[in-house]
Amino acid sequence: MADTFLYLTELLGLPVHDLKGRVIGRVKEAAIVPLEDPFRIDRFLVGAGHTWLTVRYDQIRSLSLHGIDLSDELLTPYHSDEYMLRLVRDLLDQQIIDAQGRKVVRVTDITFAIRAQANFTGLYVTEVDIGIRSIFRRLFQGVLPRTWIRKLQAPIQPRSIAWGFCNIIEPDPMRRLRLNISPTQLEEMHPADLADIVEELGPDAREALITSLDSEAAAEALSEVDPEIQASILESLETEKAAEILEEMSPNQAADVLQEMEHATSEELLAELDAEDKTEVEELLEYGEHTAGGMMNTEYLSVPESATVAEAIASLRAATDLSDSLPTIQIVRADDTLVDQIPVTRLFLADASASIKELLNDDTPITVRVDSKESRVTEIFDRYNLLSLPVVDAQSKLVGVITADDVISVLRGRR
Amino acid sequence: VIAALRRFRYHIAVFFSVIGPGFITAVVDNDAGGIFTYSQAGARWGYLPLWTLLPITVLLVVTQEMCSRMGAVTGKGLSDLIREEFGLRTTFVLMALLVLANLTNVMANFAGVASSLELFHISRYFSVPLAAGVVWLLIVKSNYERVERLFLFACSLYICYIIAGIAVKPDWKEAAIYSVKPVLLFEPSYLQMLIGMVGTSVAPWMQFFLQAAVVEKGVTARDYKESRIEVIVGCIVMSIIAFFIIVACAGAIWSQQPRDINDATDAALALKPFGPYAYLLFAAGLFNASLFASSILPLSTSYTVCEGLGFESGVNKTFREAPIFYGLFTFLVVIGAATILIPGFPLVRMILLSQVINGALLPLVLGYMILLVNKKRLMKEWVNSPLYNMIAWAAVIFMSGLTLALVGISLRQLFE
Repeated sequence: MADTFLYLTELLGLPVHDLKGRVIGRVKEAAIVPLEDPFRIDRFLVGAGHTWLTVRYDQIRSLSLHGIDLSDELLTPYHSDEYMLRLVRDLLDQQIIDAQGRKVVRVTDITFAIRAQANFTGLYVTEVDIGIRSIFRRLFQGVLPRTWIRKLQAPIQPRSIAWGFCNIIEPDPMRRLRLNISPTQLEEMHPADLADIVEELGPDAREALITSLDSEAAAEALSEVDPEIQASILESLETEKAAEILEEMSPNQAADVLQEMEHATSEELLAELDAEDKTEVEELLEYGEHTAGGMMNTEYLSVPESATVAEAIASLRAATDLSDSLPTIQIVRADDTLVDQIPVTRLFLADASASIKELLNDDTPITVRVDSKESRVTEIFDRYNLLSLPVVDAQSKLVGVITADDVISVLRGRR
Repeated sequence: VIAALRRFRYHIAVFFSVIGPGFITAVVDNDAGGIFTYSQAGARWGYLPLWTLLPITVLLVVTQEMCSRMGAVTGKGLSDLIREEFGLRTTFVLMALLVLANLTNVMANFAGVASSLELFHISRYFSVPLAAGVVWLLIVKSNYERVERLFLFACSLYICYIIAGIAVKPDWKEAAIYSVKPVLLFEPSYLQMLIGMVGTSVAPWMQFFLQAAVVEKGVTARDYKESRIEVIVGCIVMSIIAFFIIVACAGAIWSQQPRDINDATDAALALKPFGPYAYLLFAAGLFNASLFASSILPLSTSYTVCEGLGFESGVNKTFREAPIFYGLFTFLVVIGAATILIPGFPLVRMILLSQVINGALLPLVLGYMILLVNKKRLMKEWVNSPLYNMIAWAAVIFMSGLTLALVGISLRQLFE
């Protein structure tokens, strides 16, 4: 029976036969050209004497555990090709991102499917192997015969990742283009999962990953990363890209990162921000890190107390980027002093033509002063079972809102 | 002025945020085996061996600094880098040797727990299982920050030795003179003692542990300056502790009658005439050091092996997420503790064997380390400078030579 699959460990060292069945060399390396086909092995590099010859995929008549038979003997010497992803050099023993399992893994072996086509036999990457079984194969590769290894490994559970979910980390942006590496899958991941991956990588890979993402995805993922690591990543990027990402972050998160940096660096970055973001962030930087001012977001939704429910809902619709994260809207007087906050749900339960005033309770609103300590803020959240808390200045003017997730971050950080 | 002040405050803050890895690694170098080596040196040779502490500190700093630099710059552990640059087989062989060497180290330290508590009349059949249980729970049920804080606390308990050393009222003048005056006696037992002291001062597991801890801590190239200071301070503290152990034994044993001691508890007993505190502190110090090393060694081994072979690892993960990591950790703790309870178990032979494996491993580890730290692609502008490289190579060759000599001695004793 013809073999249906082959491991990279088995492919390496496989004899290559010419038309007359003579061995011309042994396989040293296999390469994919992702721009042409991200699955098919496009070139086999064969060591013959002192040189490496290139065997193209369509020059192979048959391929099995016992060797490769060529259908064409016109082989060219190997010369390095930037469009090539070389499996042994670029992939084996290196880290990749498993987009489905959402973690960083190290490649131990690669599994191919052998598929006979009309005029050639092709080798297609199906999986990347990471478990004990692949370690076993690597250890005995070249020591025991291939067929023995296959039998001996049988009782060990395989662990692999489908090639389609494997994301290669390539620091060089030009090469990223040539190898057709796109971060689409990563951008679709939840920012918190992507953040975990970022934390697991080394600095170079982090930088590569963040620069390859679009600024919005990068900002979302970075916001979930430990602020110190955020700072070191942003410092390693070009100022322009770093500023772009900072602008996509919420001002309080941007301020948190800047606080982690050395003064000169943060000044330089601040200068790159556009005017509006810059003033907001600068205002936040004025507050102490561990005060209500340091915790709050300055992006919130407020409507005048004179508005109707319909108007309030309309403004909620208009602020799409905020509505996900805000459980309440703030009601203010004409001079920006706070009247109270009301839950978004209450708006939808009320009659559209009703005035906002009718929805308000008579109780004094629960607020916190911008210079209050962190511990005070968490205490208020706990005591009143809040989801969000308006922050006011000395004149009772609304300056920001703290939400429950800010409090959770603080509590987790203190552990 | 304000800008300078702000910068100063920033650096101080960074220094405190990087404290941990270098300090813990250096201090835990004084484990049960280390304490025995230094006690023996002091008991037999008095103040003479003190001068070796200075070169030991330098060797330690040079080797540790390279690891912490690699960790900070590449963000990867030493076994990660060896795997990426030298392949799976090399990594596997190193890891297998490391597991063997560390398993015997764990045994030695559980033996330290047993004998130190026996001084307090606590049976080893009670103390060792309890200690193993505590170590296991501590790591499995905890997270990195908490583990690190506990480890730092354990480091602070080494002050026991400093107080014990002072209580013995040693001859400080002698101690001061011989700290800087090298004495070389061409007597086999003296040379053997020197080789033992220097040869055991750098252990392969430390290199792996330090680099992994630096990475886990999130130290990056920009905090590297502070991290280097931390490593140096850690190595100096380690030497100070060693100094007081030697001085205590010199004052208590050598000054009465120079002799060989059987184990570290022997040294503690000899301190009895100097008041209950000196004796208790020495014993408590031994217990602390043994328990501390019994937790760090299995932990560091699991980390290193899982990193190198690509399994999930980390104390912040659960048993289910990282089964091999916790499995290996459990194996090392359970076997390490259980063998101590087997009557007639050849512990001394095991410790000698451990020295042989460690000695065989160290030149390899240091060699790979220095090759890695010189790779421009990995280290960029952080590669060794030519001068530093010469010092580093000299240190590596010197260390390797001494450990191999120690291997020879251990092998001879093993087959005697």
